[in-house]
Amino acid sequence: MTYHWNFASVFDNWWALAIGLAGTLKLFAVCLVFGMTLGLFVALGRRSHRRWLRWLSTFFVEFFRNTPVLVQILWFYYALPILAPIEISPFMAAILGISLNSAAYAAEIYRGGIQSIEPGQWEAARAIGMTGAQTLRRIVLPQAIRRIIPALTNRGVEIFKMSTLASVVAYVELMQQGKLIASLNFNPLEVYTVIAAIFLIILYPIVRVTYAVERRLARSD
Amino acid sequence: MSEPLLRLGGLGKSFGTNLVFSGVDLDVMPGDRIAILGASGSGKSTLLRCINALETPDEGLVEINGTPLLKADGKGRLRSTERDLCALRQRVGMVFQQFNLFPHMTVAGNVAEGLVTVRGMSSGKALERAQAELERVGLGDKGDAYPSRLSGGQKQRVAIARALAMDPEILLFDEPTSALDPALVGEVLGVIEQLANEGRTMILVTHEIGFAYHVATRVVFVAEHGIYETGTPEEVLKHPARPLTQQFLADHQRFQF
Repeated sequence: MTYHWNFASVFDNWWALAIGLAGTLKLFAVCLVFGMTLGLFVALGRRSHRRWLRWLSTFFVEFFRNTPVLVQILWFYYALPILAPIEISPFMAAILGISLNSAAYAAEIYRGGIQSIEPGQWEAARAIGMTGAQTLRRIVLPQAIRRIIPALTNRGVEIFKMSTLASVVAYVELMQQGKLIASLNFNPLEVYTVIAAIFLIILYPIVRVTYAVERRLARSD
Repeated sequence: MSEPLLRLGGLGKSFGTNLVFSGVDLDVMPGDRIAILGASGSGKSTLLRCINALETPDEGLVEINGTPLLKADGKGRLRSTERDLCALRQRVGMVFQQFNLFPHMTVAGNVAEGLVTVRGMSSGKALERAQAELERVGLGDKGDAYPSRLSGGQKQRVAIARALAMDPEILLFDEPTSALDPALVGEVLGVIEQLANEGRTMILVTHEIGFAYHVATRVVFVAEHGIYETGTPEEVLKHPARPLTQQFLADHQRFQF
């Protein structure tokens, strides 16, 4: 059996894919920044002296880590507007689902990184009169983040790929546009091959950049 | 008689039900060099770490120039704000057994860090000051190196420079040579001796009894949950009056030749 690949029917619709790519990149950028930042604060919350804050942060992590992102996106899109008087766009629902889930995972990565720093580092910083916040910002986090870059890179790659889940609420990104092209031209094989290739072509260089960052930060070892 | 620079009043500490020490009183006058000796596990490091609140004492207080900067409420909590503790720690420098240099910063960055972050000094000025402190400990050419490139002795000298940069009124040394190769002990003791000769006030927890004898103005022997015997190095180390001190010194001299 020989299949005759016909990519022309995909590339004829390059503009639709370009619009989809723009949507994917926008969603990725927002979720990356929001998820990674929120994750740090949740991790700090889990280390707080305040019991209620520790409890709340732990609940957040366990809740969002143990429920599927796809369900979260659908829930935010369909259920939240019924429970609360707010209209939620597909973009907003996707941001909430992907960011909160990523924040939960990232929080555990940050927490592990912070805990891996020797107590002597805290003590040395406190001993020259630094406050807890200064110690965290100047001494502990720079070292912790260096150790967790590989794990955070994984998270970033995952966020990029999770953006395809936003097609379930018809947010215009690559997957959604691909589905559209495939249904109009009956060429799913070519369309999804191209989409997979686009993800690989974009992600691989980004991952290479993080390797370079890792090497640069390791210069003091 | 002048005021003591540092005064410990009724200091006590337990870990759970395990009493480390209680009722420790100590007056440190300007220029005093106090060596704290004692068996392993006698609580001498814990005592030192209570002075700058790295350990939280259960009871008692720490005063500097008559101002109580650290006060325990008897329930294992401090009646001091973070601001008080930071103020206390800026006046009391500390050097650790394991150096605890910041590995992600250069040697000069390590020394300048407190000046920039705690004192708000510009980084140019702070690095200038760091260079001066590094020269004082004989490492003027190592400012741009990272700690991982240094020997243990060099690391400890950087740690001393880092403490000195904050202009502390008192220096605490927590077994500063215990993690070093025997061949590197001398260079660190040399720097501490030089600081002693400058008339700096210091408290030193050490196993180097010979060094304590030559450099300290007073020796404190810790045993039985408190200060067991104290006096001049001549009194405590040459003519110990109490049995545990005698035993400790005898054990230490067993393999001398």
